[in-house]
Amino acid sequence: MLLIECPYCGERPELEFVYGGQAHIARPQNAPDLSAQAWSDYLYQRDNTKGIHAERWRHTHGCGRFFNALRDTTTDHFIAIYKVGEAAPAALKTRKVAL
Amino acid sequence: MNGALRVDAGGRINRARPLRFTFDGHELTGFEGDTLASALLANGVHLVGRSFKYHRPRGILAAGSEEPNALVAVRRDDARYTPNLRATQVELYDGLEAHSQNRWPSLSFDIGAVNDLLSPFIPAGFYYKTFMWPRSAWKSLYEPRIRAAAGLGESPTQADPDRYSNRYVHCDVLVVGAGPAGLAAASAAADVGARVILCDEQSELGGSLLGEPDGARAPQIEGERASAWLTQTIDTLTRNPRVSLLPRTTAFGYFPHNLVGLNQRLTDHLANPHPDSPRERQWQVRAQEVVLATGAIERPLVFPGNDRPGILLAAAARTYVNRYGVIPGSRAVVITACDEAYRAALDLHDAGVFIATIADVRAQAYGPLAERARRAGLPVQTLTTLVGTSGRLRVNAVQLARIGDDGKVIDGVQTMPCDLVLMSGGFTPSVHLFSQSRGKLAWDDKAQSFVPAQSAERVRSAGSCRGTFALAAVLEDGASAGSAAAGDAGFANTARRPAVPAADPAIGAYAGALPQPGESTGHKAFIDWQNDVTTRDLALATREGFRSIEHIKRYTTTGMATDQGKTSNLNALGFVSRQLDKPIPEVGLTTFRMPYTPVTFGAFAGFARGDLFDPTRTTPTHDWAARNGAVFEDVSLWKRARYFPRNGEAMHAAVARECLAVRKGCGIFDASTLGKIEVVGKDAVTFMNRMYVNAWTSLAVGRSRYGVLLRDDGFIYDDGVVARTAEDRFHVTTTTGGAARVLAMMEDFVQTEWPDLSVWLTSTTEQWAVIAVQGPHARRVLEGLVEGIDISAQAMPHMSVAPGRICGVPMLLFRVSFTGELGFEVNVPADFGLAVWEAIHAAGQQHGITPYGTEAMHVLRAEKGYIIVGQETDGTVTPDDAGLAWAIGKSKPDFVGKRSLQRPAMAAADRKQLVGLFTADSQVVLDEGTQVMLERDQRPPVRPLGHVTSSYYSPVLSRSIALALVAGGRARMGEALYVSTPNGDVPVQVTSPVFYDSEGARLNG
Repeated sequence: MLLIECPYCGERPELEFVYGGQAHIARPQNAPDLSAQAWSDYLYQRDNTKGIHAERWRHTHGCGRFFNALRDTTTDHFIAIYKVGEAAPAALKTRKVAL
Repeated sequence: MNGALRVDAGGRINRARPLRFTFDGHELTGFEGDTLASALLANGVHLVGRSFKYHRPRGILAAGSEEPNALVAVRRDDARYTPNLRATQVELYDGLEAHSQNRWPSLSFDIGAVNDLLSPFIPAGFYYKTFMWPRSAWKSLYEPRIRAAAGLGESPTQADPDRYSNRYVHCDVLVVGAGPAGLAAASAAADVGARVILCDEQSELGGSLLGEPDGARAPQIEGERASAWLTQTIDTLTRNPRVSLLPRTTAFGYFPHNLVGLNQRLTDHLANPHPDSPRERQWQVRAQEVVLATGAIERPLVFPGNDRPGILLAAAARTYVNRYGVIPGSRAVVITACDEAYRAALDLHDAGVFIATIADVRAQAYGPLAERARRAGLPVQTLTTLVGTSGRLRVNAVQLARIGDDGKVIDGVQTMPCDLVLMSGGFTPSVHLFSQSRGKLAWDDKAQSFVPAQSAERVRSAGSCRGTFALAAVLEDGASAGSAAAGDAGFANTARRPAVPAADPAIGAYAGALPQPGESTGHKAFIDWQNDVTTRDLALATREGFRSIEHIKRYTTTGMATDQGKTSNLNALGFVSRQLDKPIPEVGLTTFRMPYTPVTFGAFAGFARGDLFDPTRTTPTHDWAARNGAVFEDVSLWKRARYFPRNGEAMHAAVARECLAVRKGCGIFDASTLGKIEVVGKDAVTFMNRMYVNAWTSLAVGRSRYGVLLRDDGFIYDDGVVARTAEDRFHVTTTTGGAARVLAMMEDFVQTEWPDLSVWLTSTTEQWAVIAVQGPHARRVLEGLVEGIDISAQAMPHMSVAPGRICGVPMLLFRVSFTGELGFEVNVPADFGLAVWEAIHAAGQQHGITPYGTEAMHVLRAEKGYIIVGQETDGTVTPDDAGLAWAIGKSKPDFVGKRSLQRPAMAAADRKQLVGLFTADSQVVLDEGTQVMLERDQRPPVRPLGHVTSSYYSPVLSRSIALALVAGGRARMGEALYVSTPNGDVPVQVTSPVFYDSEGARLNG
C-alpha cells in the first residue's frame, strides 16, 4: 500500500485515494472539430512508462481534491506532488539507500 | 521410549514437563519446548507424510519454515482443522492431535504409491499432453481424478469459528528476524532511542543461536556463552518500552513504501486457548527503516533417492540434537559440499551418533571444521559422491562412488549401511523479502547464491541473508545495520560492535545435481520435494525447448508449492544452467512473491467477516418493508425490497399482483436509493450542457427532463431525471449503483478541465427519501396530503417539479413515472421518510394502494421499453443504439462524448439496436443474456446477431416480453429470429421495445 502525500491533507494511505491515470492530458477545447486521429489519441493513447510517470490522484476519501504526482514506476516511489494546473517539476533523482 | 532417543541434558526443552500428543491416532509423548517434528523424531518416527504426486514415503528434512515434506494437519475439532502445517513449526501442546496427509488407507501402506511405479508415464506436464481427448472427459473424468490423486491436505468442513484481529503500527526501525544479526541490529537501534519492532517466525527469539550447543562447546559472544548473551540481550530489549518483541510472527510480505505485513500466531501453541483471544493478528507495519536479518536456508543435495525418510539437512540434524536434545539416528552418513556439515557431524558424534563417513564432493576439505572432524577421528572422504540410497520407509543404506579428476564418476560403488543421512549443499541467503521490496540481487559465485545488491526501499540486509556467515561477522553486520538504520531514521548513528572471537566461516556451496555415473540407476533425484520435481523433469523441459527459468518453473512446477522453492530454487537453477550450458546469472531467477510462508485467510479477513464484511445501506422504510414481509435484494451496497409476498405467495405471483395493482389502481415504491447530486452555481447550466447530451438551457425552473450521460468515448455511462429547481440549481438523479462514479466524473471535469466554471457539486443521495406513488389513482392518494401545490393534471403536468409540504414536512414533488402510469415521486428529508411513507400508505388504503418492489418495477419499466443502464447497456451502447437519440441537444457546440458520436462507425446501420422480442409461444420466458440468432439450430461457431438484455412475464399483457440488442434491429421489425433456450432454439418476432401504451396516454392521466 503506497503512502501518498495529498498536497492539502498530508500523508495518507493509498486506501483513501483513487488513481486518475496519466496527468497532463487536457481535453481538447475544439473536440467536435478534431480529426479522428487526434481524438483517438486523446481518448486512448497513454504512455506506458518504465521510470518517472506523471499521473493524477484524487483524495476521494479525504478532501476530494485531484492533484498530480511524479512516481517512479520501477520503485513506486513518489518524486514530487503538485497541484492541478501546475507544471510538472523537473524530475528529481530517486533516493537510494546504500547497503 | 522417550529416553532412548534423547540426550540426557541440554537443549531448550523442559524435561520436567512431558506433553502427550497423538499422530495418526498413536499416543506419543514429547516435552515442553518441542515442535511436533522434534517430538516425532524423539519417538523414532521419521515417516510423516506422502509426497504430492508419487505418494513417496517422506520424512522430516528440515527444522524450520523451509520444511517441504513434513506437512501435517492439526485438529482441535471439526471446525478447527488446519491442514498443510509444517511439523517443524507446530509447537507441541498437551493433547495435540496431528494427522499425516495424502495417504490411503494408511501412511505406511498407501495405495497411491502406485504412482511412483507409473512415474515414467507421468513426467512434467503430462496432463497437458495425455488427457486431451475426448474433450468432455476432461471435466468429468480426468480433472477430478487427477485432483483427487494429487494434492496435500484436506480443507476443514466447517466455517472457521476463530477470531482474527489486525493492527496498524508505525516504527522507526523494523527488524525482521531475531537471530544474532537481528538481535544486534535491534539492540543497536534501541540503544539510541529508536522505536523498534523485532519479529521472528519462531516461538523463541534467537534464530540460529537456538541450535548451538551449550556448555563447553558453546560459541562465545562478548566473553560469555551465546545462550547467556541471548538471555541478557532479550532481557535488555524487553525492558526497553520503545521496543516491541514479536515472536511467532512471520513477516510474510514487503509492500511499497516500507509497509511490511506481519502475521502473529497467538493461540496455536496453547493447549486451551482463551475463547475470546484472537487466533492470529495481522500487523501492517509502516517502518521508517527496515533491517532484514532473515538468515539463510541450507540447500539439500540432489542425488538419486535423496527423499527417503532419515535423510536430513545437516544443520537441521544439528538443531534437533542441540536445541531439542533429540538423537535423529544411530549411524549417519554425511554428504556435503560445505564445511558446515562437519560441524553437524561433530555435534552428532558428541551426542553418541556413529558417523560412518563424511563424504565431501569437493577435492579438498581443509577448513578448521574439517580438521576438527579428522582430529575427532571421523572418517572423511573427499571427491566422493552419493549415487543411490535404499530403504522403503526409512533410509537403510547409501551407495557412494569416487569422482575422478575429470569430474566424472569412477566405476565401483561402496555401499554403506546407515539410518541417517546428513546433507549440505551450502546455504542460500533468504532474500525473499528483499526481493519483494524490489531490491536488485547479485550473483555471488563463491556462495553459489544470489545476495542483495541495490535496495529500492529504505531497507538494509544484515547477516547470513546477505551471505555473511561467520558469527562474529554476522553480529558486527547486524549492529552496524541497526545503527545506520537508526541514524537514517533521525537518531544518532553510534556503531556499537559486540566483541566476538574470530570463528570458522561456512565455506562451500553447490547448486545442481551431484555427479552421477553415465547410466541412470532408475532412482529419482528430487529437486523440489514438495512438488515432486526431479532432475528428469527439468531435463525434459530443457529438451523440449524451454529456456526461460520462468517457463521451466511453470512447466515442471518446480518452486511452485507452498514452500515457494525455499529448498529447491538454487538447485533447479544450477541444474538448468548446466543443461543449457549457461551461467546461472544468465538463466535468471524466478520472482519471489508473498507470502513467505502460507497465511490463513482468516488473518487477511480480520474483523471483516459476516455483518462486518461490507457496509449495508438501508432506506428509511427498510424496517417497515421488513415488517411487511419484503424479500430484499442487494443492489450495490443497498438492501432493496424486491417484492412483498402475501400469504406465502411465490415470487412470480407476488410480482404479477404488484404489477397489476400499479396498472389498475395505485402502487407505492421506495426509490430512495437513486443517486442524487445537487449541481449549484451561476455556471450550473453551462456545466450541465457540457456534461449531459441534453439541452438544458431551455429547461424551465420547475421542469425536469430525462438526462443521458456519456463517457467521452460516446457510450452511455448513466441516466436519470434532472430537475431545474432554480436558475442556478439542478437536482440530478443517477442510477442506484452509479451515484458515486457519476459524482467522481463530474468532480474530475469541474476540478481539472473546467476550473473556470463557478459550480459546486454535492451528493444528496442520503438527504432525501424518495417515495414513488404510481398508478391511475396516484393523484387521488396524494391530494389530501400535499400542502401548497396544485397537483391537478393542468397545474402539474408530466415532468414538472414543485416544492411544497406533505404531512407538515418540506417536500420536493416530482411528477415523473418509471412505470408508464400517472406518477409522482415524493422527496422528503430522509428522517421523515418513514412517517410520510406510512401516511401515504394509510391514505391510499381506500384506493387499494399496494407496496411493490424492484422486481415489479423492472417488469413495469420493461413493458414501457425504459432502459436500465448496465442491463440494456454494457459500455458499448450509444444513445442511438438504445433509442435515445431524441435526447441529444443537437445545437450544442460540445458535450462529453459528442466527438465520438460523430465517428462513422457510431452511426453504422448494423450496430446493435434496442428492440423488443415476442416469443412465438407467448408463455415462454427467455433467459436474459441469451444470444439472438439469424437461423435455427446452427452449428457453432456462429456469430450471433445480439443478445437478450431483459426478459419478463408481463401480467398486463398476459405474455412474455423481452428487450434485446440486435444488429440492425430497427430495420428487422416483424422478422423472425431465434433464441436458444434449455429446450432448444425458439422462434421470436422482432417488435418495438415499447410493449404497452405506446402513445403514452396513461402518463398524462
